[in-house]
Amino acid sequence: MNSNPPQKRGLTAIDGAMVLIVILLIVQIWLLSATLESYLAGHREAALPGAVISGVLFAACLALYRFVDRIDSEIRRG
Amino acid sequence: MSWFRKPSSTPLWRDEFSVHTADERYVNRRQFTKFLTLTSFGMLVGNLWIFARSAFHRAPTYPRVKVAATDEIPAGGVKIFFYPTADDPCILVRTGHDSFVAFSQKCTHLSCAVYFEKKQNRLECPCHQGFFSIADGSVIQGPPQRPLPRVRLENENGHLVAIGMEAESA
Repeated sequence: MNSNPPQKRGLTAIDGAMVLIVILLIVQIWLLSATLESYLAGHREAALPGAVISGVLFAACLALYRFVDRIDSEIRRG
Repeated sequence: MSWFRKPSSTPLWRDEFSVHTADERYVNRRQFTKFLTLTSFGMLVGNLWIFARSAFHRAPTYPRVKVAATDEIPAGGVKIFFYPTADDPCILVRTGHDSFVAFSQKCTHLSCAVYFEKKQNRLECPCHQGFFSIADGSVIQGPPQRPLPRVRLENENGHLVAIGMEAESA
């Protein structure tokens, strides 16, 4: 049985989601710089996969944000 | 209701100006997560911009420009010309009796002007000792990562005409 109060568990979940968002953001920054480097070197074929993967990462970040928002609202309501 | 303020250690202005800087600057987890998500959206916009530039990219068109007469330059000699615009210096080298090559004169490292080193038979950048092959402009040594863009030449009735560029980046 979990002895942690619901508020503490909620905060742990939020912290975990935030860490995941930070990791996704770092990957996205790397992806943008790699795509730009490739584009400036004249390789235009990398632009589409870069945009698609960046879109997927953004969607994941948005889903995590909605998760944090929901948990935060629940904690505040008690 | 009292007409007088009770004795207090808090200064009067604090009661009347009740904005607390620490509270105003406090960023909670939800706000921070929103900021991170907006940053992620910014990255997506950047990637979409690169994709849009790639999708609507048109192949550049180059003018035909007379560069020199074939008998104007001796074997091993060079001539500087500007192609495709007046801001793009290029170097023409006569490598043999009937062979000519031309490259952009801007080093692909930091755009210093390269020159032809006849003894070593290569193009050299004096700034950071970047060396390029005279055959195809590829990097032999030094900090440059990309070859020199090559100017395509045609021999038109004894005149060398520049007709385009190779290895152009975006």
